[in-house]
Amino acid sequence: MSTPDDNEKKIPSENHDGEKEGNATLGFAILFFMAGLIGSLLVGWVVFPKLLYSQKEQPIDFNHQVHMDAVSDGCQSCHFYREDGTFAGVPTLAQCSECHESAQTEDPNEVKFVDEYVTPGKEVPWLIYARQPDCVFFSHAAHKEMECKTCHGDIGESTSLKPYEENRITGYSRDIWGDNIGGFGKNTWDSMKMDDCAACHERETGSKGPCFQCHK
Amino acid sequence: MKLDRRNFLTLGGSLVAGGVVGTTLSPLPWKLMDDSAIWTQNWPWTPVPPDGAASFNHSICTLCPGKCGITVKKVESRAIKIEGRKDFPVNQGGICILGLAGLQLLYGPTRIETPLLKTAGGGFKKISWDEAVSLLAKKLEELRSSGKPESVAALTGSDTGVTAALIKRFLFAYGSPNFISEQTFKDTYKIALKKMQALQGEVVFDIENADYVLSLGSGIIEGWDSPVKMIKANSALKTKKAFLCQVEPRLSMTAAKADKWLPVIPGTETDLVWGILHVILNQALYNKEFVAENTTGIERLSQLAQPYTLEKVSAATGIKSSDILSVATQFAKAAKPIAVCGKGQGSTPESMGHIMAVHALNALMGSVNREGGVIALNPASYISWTNPEQDETGKNGFGKERVDGAGKGNYPDTPFLANRFISAINGQGKSPVEALLVSGSNPLYSFTDTAAVKKAFEKIPFIVSFSSFMDETAKVATLILPSHTNLERFEDVSLCLGSGKSVIGLSTPVVEPKFDTRHTGDAVILLAKKLGGSVANAFSWESFEACLTETLGDKWESLKESGFLENPESLIAAGTRIDFSVVAEPKSMAPEGDAASYPLILIPYDSLRLAHMAVGSPPFLLKTVEDTVLKKNDILVEINPQTASKLNLSEKKYAMLKTPKGAVRVKIHLFEGIMPGVIAMARGLGHTAYDDYLSGKGVNFNELIGPMEDPISGLDVSYGIRATLTNA
Repeated sequence: MSTPDDNEKKIPSENHDGEKEGNATLGFAILFFMAGLIGSLLVGWVVFPKLLYSQKEQPIDFNHQVHMDAVSDGCQSCHFYREDGTFAGVPTLAQCSECHESAQTEDPNEVKFVDEYVTPGKEVPWLIYARQPDCVFFSHAAHKEMECKTCHGDIGESTSLKPYEENRITGYSRDIWGDNIGGFGKNTWDSMKMDDCAACHERETGSKGPCFQCHK
Repeated sequence: MKLDRRNFLTLGGSLVAGGVVGTTLSPLPWKLMDDSAIWTQNWPWTPVPPDGAASFNHSICTLCPGKCGITVKKVESRAIKIEGRKDFPVNQGGICILGLAGLQLLYGPTRIETPLLKTAGGGFKKISWDEAVSLLAKKLEELRSSGKPESVAALTGSDTGVTAALIKRFLFAYGSPNFISEQTFKDTYKIALKKMQALQGEVVFDIENADYVLSLGSGIIEGWDSPVKMIKANSALKTKKAFLCQVEPRLSMTAAKADKWLPVIPGTETDLVWGILHVILNQALYNKEFVAENTTGIERLSQLAQPYTLEKVSAATGIKSSDILSVATQFAKAAKPIAVCGKGQGSTPESMGHIMAVHALNALMGSVNREGGVIALNPASYISWTNPEQDETGKNGFGKERVDGAGKGNYPDTPFLANRFISAINGQGKSPVEALLVSGSNPLYSFTDTAAVKKAFEKIPFIVSFSSFMDETAKVATLILPSHTNLERFEDVSLCLGSGKSVIGLSTPVVEPKFDTRHTGDAVILLAKKLGGSVANAFSWESFEACLTETLGDKWESLKESGFLENPESLIAAGTRIDFSVVAEPKSMAPEGDAASYPLILIPYDSLRLAHMAVGSPPFLLKTVEDTVLKKNDILVEINPQTASKLNLSEKKYAMLKTPKGAVRVKIHLFEGIMPGVIAMARGLGHTAYDDYLSGKGVNFNELIGPMEDPISGLDVSYGIRATLTNA
């Protein structure tokens, strides 16, 4: 059983220890807060993008530069407008076969292309970096005056195809959101999101345009 | 520091708080939100058109008798859109909802993918075409060798075109007179032309060029005759301020858009026509020149019209005398009046008495074979095959009496009597038909008194269906030899235009057959070849396409190229003078059932948004049906609020609908636009076959109604039935 004296003695000593302990707790709390903060920042900025995207190799490592040197009409030699004004997009096997009925070089990629696709008559399952969701209506014809590079970057000068990074949730390429997971980019071709379309529309036409301009 | 409960919570909380702040400052939540939004807008199972080069292919839609030109947009091999063909003379770019939704029939789940044979357990098993044709040939060979080739019959949706001609030819060579085709109001008009003008021809109503249209219940903008052509004709009428008077018991879409609507008691439309004839004849308002030059027997017509005074007609029809008088005089004063008949979409026959009175009315005004009138045409005939040689069995069998009794006795001018075919089977202990081939028709759904049709079909030991879809008739068939759909096959089409010109068109396959199906023409040729002897000899062609190529001769190439050929010459058929004296004595045809037990009259109504003949409505059509027609799985019956309050019925409440033919549970829809005492129900619902989109929705009108035989043609001209509605 404690006496009143005991109590008097104990209270200040308890206060003193409590202050110390309180400071320690605060220190630990800050430490834990920082750990949580840094950990989640690392997860969000570093781990998350690695988990979100799966890496896929293109069926054939296509060399744009070699082809650009060989054709006369630039990008449109292969990525052309059809007679009805629609855009043909990625060339079909029939188009490629016009030149590559048999291998013209000993390049392993060309040999593979001829053996695995041209000879059996199988379309190449290209993975399309710029493919937009099905709810987006984009007309190349309406943007004919622009340079391909503005949206597609320097792909025409590339010598090999980079891996296709597929978003595991949406199935679309990382190139739509952009390489930077934070959505920051320096160039017009760094991302192809709706905001990018709207920003350009606003700049060029003075208006972002109505919803149904792209979402039919 | 001790790790007690308090410290644990403090530190844990700090960690979580740090995590929350860090996560918020990282792209993770924002990117995930964006991605899940994209994911939800692009469900991977939602079909999207393939990407690729588009091509446009012309053809003719054969889903209804309208025969519109269509342009099918394809990406690679997939058809993705059907549009109206802009340069086609019938529809000029227009298309109806059924034609538009044709892709759902092509790619939908209700297709029959391969020949099927009924098993002992009532299901179907898949068999090869070779097995299927051999099996049918064996059955037909048995019937033939037992000396009963006439016990084989064929029931088709139409009797025009090369496919129908091949089936007819098969039966001829095999030895059966029993080719039966469904009949529409136009076929009954043809019989009237034959009786009154000794004319064998097609009939065209040149509505777009008329200036006064008296429509006796014809759903001009609801699918009557050729749906798109008529919608365009109606627009033409509106543009030039022509007058449309719609006579029918309910405010249909056509009535709502008409200049005048005369609600008439169902079944008394003929009385109204006689009332108008009475006024025109009594006041000598008819076209005297035309009548003198082109008709005979006007005295007899006057005599018949005499009893039809305004008072009498008004009492019978429920239309005010002043209205009858004004319609009659306006009609007579118009420069180019035309009277048209064929209720709703005109898919069922009309009584000869009615049609002859309507034709007499047109003839009195000189509206026969002139712009804006009724035009009779000799259609371009391109099927000029000679009859094949029959062997002894074939000759004997073909010489036997037809099961339906058409073309003889009381019905010399009626080519086919599908309703009598059913009653003949039910009327005898053993079915006179031992094998039945059904093509382009779904009698178990679209014939009146479905219970009786079902009973008759149960008595037929061997039924073969050529349907592309699992419809009601295919479901009871012994053997199914599935046909290509309209977008996968060749079909010749013969059309008559108001200008007096005729058109031959070619419905062309726009996609490769999706399943293991064959053209019915090919199936018939295969079957004949399997049977051998004189039957095989009657078919020298290797395939349907070869037969069509040979039949169309020098037209084939240009038809394949352009899709249709307009005959440059006018083919207006003059016939003899129009004989008014053969016009039938007016006879009222009361609906089945006694008025005391069944105080109401139930009538059907047609809509472009519901297909009610051989082809069932694809899902897209069902989506457009209002909830005053079908609410979930319940069909609604239209009733005037006055009548409803007398019967204590209220909106959207269940009721029992009873007719002498059956009883069903329905919902009530109060509608000011229907005459008191009359109730109406949509046709085209209540399927028991097809897919989940169509089956089990509403009630089939044909289950509630029985056939009503026309005394002159013998055809089923049923337009309604007496009924009761009680609270359920």
